[in-house]
Amino acid sequence: MYHKEKSIQIKNSASALYNNLSVMRIAPRRLTYFTVVHANVVNMITASWDGLNYSHRQLQSKEPNVATSTSLIMQAAFCALPSRDLLVVTSQKGIQMYESDGSIMVYWHALDTPETPTAQAVFGRGISAVRENFICVGVSAGAILVFDIPSKGSNITLSEILEEHNESITDMASECSGSQECIADLVSADDGGNLCVWKSGEEFQLLNKISGFDMSCSSVKLWKGTVVAGYGTGQIRFYEAVTGILHAEVNAHARWIYSLDIAPFSGLLLSAAEDSLVRVWHLTLTPETNSVEVAHLHNECVTDTQICGAKFCDGDGYAFAVTGYDLSEIIRYTQS
Amino acid sequence: MSVRTLPLVFINLGGEMLYILDQRLRAHNTSEDNSEKGVWSEVDRKRVMNDIVGTMFSKNFMDELLKPQQLYSHRTMKTVLTRLAHTSIMRLNPASMDRLYELMIMAFKYQVFLCPRPKDLLLISYNHIDTIREFVKDTPVVLNQVDETHRKIIEVYSSLSEGEFQLLRQTLLIFFQDMHVRVSLFLKNRVQNPNGRFALSTSGPVPHGIDVPGLIRTFDCKGKEVSRAEFPTGGCYTSPIREGSFLLHGDRVSALGLNMYTVNHLEETHTSKTPTVKQADDTPNLLAKEELNLLARLMGSMKAENMPKAETVFRINLFTTDREEEEEEEEEQARASGGAGQSLYEVINIQAMQDEQAATELALIAGQFAKGEEKPENSESNKGDDLLAMMDDL
Repeated sequence: MYHKEKSIQIKNSASALYNNLSVMRIAPRRLTYFTVVHANVVNMITASWDGLNYSHRQLQSKEPNVATSTSLIMQAAFCALPSRDLLVVTSQKGIQMYESDGSIMVYWHALDTPETPTAQAVFGRGISAVRENFICVGVSAGAILVFDIPSKGSNITLSEILEEHNESITDMASECSGSQECIADLVSADDGGNLCVWKSGEEFQLLNKISGFDMSCSSVKLWKGTVVAGYGTGQIRFYEAVTGILHAEVNAHARWIYSLDIAPFSGLLLSAAEDSLVRVWHLTLTPETNSVEVAHLHNECVTDTQICGAKFCDGDGYAFAVTGYDLSEIIRYTQS
Repeated sequence: MSVRTLPLVFINLGGEMLYILDQRLRAHNTSEDNSEKGVWSEVDRKRVMNDIVGTMFSKNFMDELLKPQQLYSHRTMKTVLTRLAHTSIMRLNPASMDRLYELMIMAFKYQVFLCPRPKDLLLISYNHIDTIREFVKDTPVVLNQVDETHRKIIEVYSSLSEGEFQLLRQTLLIFFQDMHVRVSLFLKNRVQNPNGRFALSTSGPVPHGIDVPGLIRTFDCKGKEVSRAEFPTGGCYTSPIREGSFLLHGDRVSALGLNMYTVNHLEETHTSKTPTVKQADDTPNLLAKEELNLLARLMGSMKAENMPKAETVFRINLFTTDREEEEEEEEEQARASGGAGQSLYEVINIQAMQDEQAATELALIAGQFAKGEEKPENSESNKGDDLLAMMDDL
């Protein structure tokens, strides 16, 4: 179904972090951006669609204080809003927002770090654009920071702090089907496997809370009102967002899942885990019953590699890209 | 990232170090007592093991490690581990220490990489502690320290969630990143490939608490199962085996963390770098103030006597006694920071020492890392030289 294409070489290897690959397609310029995190650096690669041109850029985590040790980056993700695209980078020290080509940093938000280190680590993790003008970022204490993004310029403000999770945020996702009918706009996941479903607005509204089973949910997606969640047990669960009803469960992987992605136009699902496997599934949603059908389509094994990032490169799922721990390349696959 | 890595790092790296030292010292054991010069007897070996274990598991040292803090650079780890290795009559030259450190790191990297569930990092640590207990079982004082430390570890780590363990593991994996030193023992056992990467199997038992992959189930609104289907996994997975024990004593079940060197001969543990690999530490290591502070605290806590109560910082010029190298690093730092501000590489000035002996001892420690020759302090240095030769065979 898919065959392997020529890999893109990156300057450093990928770190073992959840969701460690972000992809943004710039159709007007026939380019695709990729970001991969390595320790305290974000590797950004711009690839032309004809496969002939590649350019590289590296973004460092911002050091507010030179006397302290380097700040490790937890996640880098593209946020596509109607008016503009931004690249958001979270680290142990704070949240940085760049123009999507990585050229200028437009905003910096420092995380509260206590004077003496406490037993709880401090970092940001979980990034999602929501609706017209919000970017939401999770933090290790469990709070979600909601930023209001103007259509241009750097007058970004912290609009709200959502405090529903008691454990570190792992991932967040907004409704990706493009449908305006869906009530739920955002889902957030934490280290205990708990999921919160939100409606965006001047004040975000909590629609539902789905309990975890004390097993970390490392990656989450929201499509047509269905939450797709990947867990440390290697399972993928499909919940109806607003009601919390579990519609399907797949024993997908033998190790911790690190990344999920959905191609919104075709309903293809990508799952990747530490067990070195990437799997492609097809989802069928029946609106009347809200039931979910999951069909397995394809497996790819990246030999001896614990995969840490997997993303579709387009909305149909025609191609996808994969990163692995200690691997200095982005592996690409295209439909045959 | 995780602020709880240091105790596990030292127990596991220290454990690997002890396994290697034990094997080396046994291999040269041809006399029962100290009569032959240059030969390590059983008595010598046990003394080295007891001295190192005693220091590593001392209350002061462990208490320092257990404070929540970041995992720092390889340089700092190597410095402290070298100091640990030198707490006894044995001395290692920098080249030997480098090789030893590579072996230790690759062994621990292998264990962390293959760790089935993040929580199993504890089982790996307990395997190391169990074996260390065996090394010192004839010395009640040291044995007691090991038990006490083990209890403390159980107390601190038992309450961590799987997610927090995974964060710990991810922090360790970042620490080991890009290190692909080939170890002949691993290559022989096929746990490592010729390119330096570890083999990851897609068959075998799944970790405890995980379901064997292959099943898709759907449910109705009331939670009743409506259908089930199977899919091809591309692997050959079986049910999990029993879980290891997280108590003070017990069957850990996993073999990760056990002594791999017991049945192997001296010649079999060579290390070699893969040609295209970059050194993990090739960026200039600008030790931040907090890292130097940690180093000072750890070095200070490795004495049996009391630490000074006041907040003292130590003048240590450990990382380079070579003037040129120091200047070069300062230049690089100036370039890196765009010439802004003062150089990061400052020698931290220490308040007047109340403890004269500590100051002298620290000067001695500083001297031990000098790149030049060391003056042998006593007649037992011959054994030290011999051990250096042994390490060079690695």
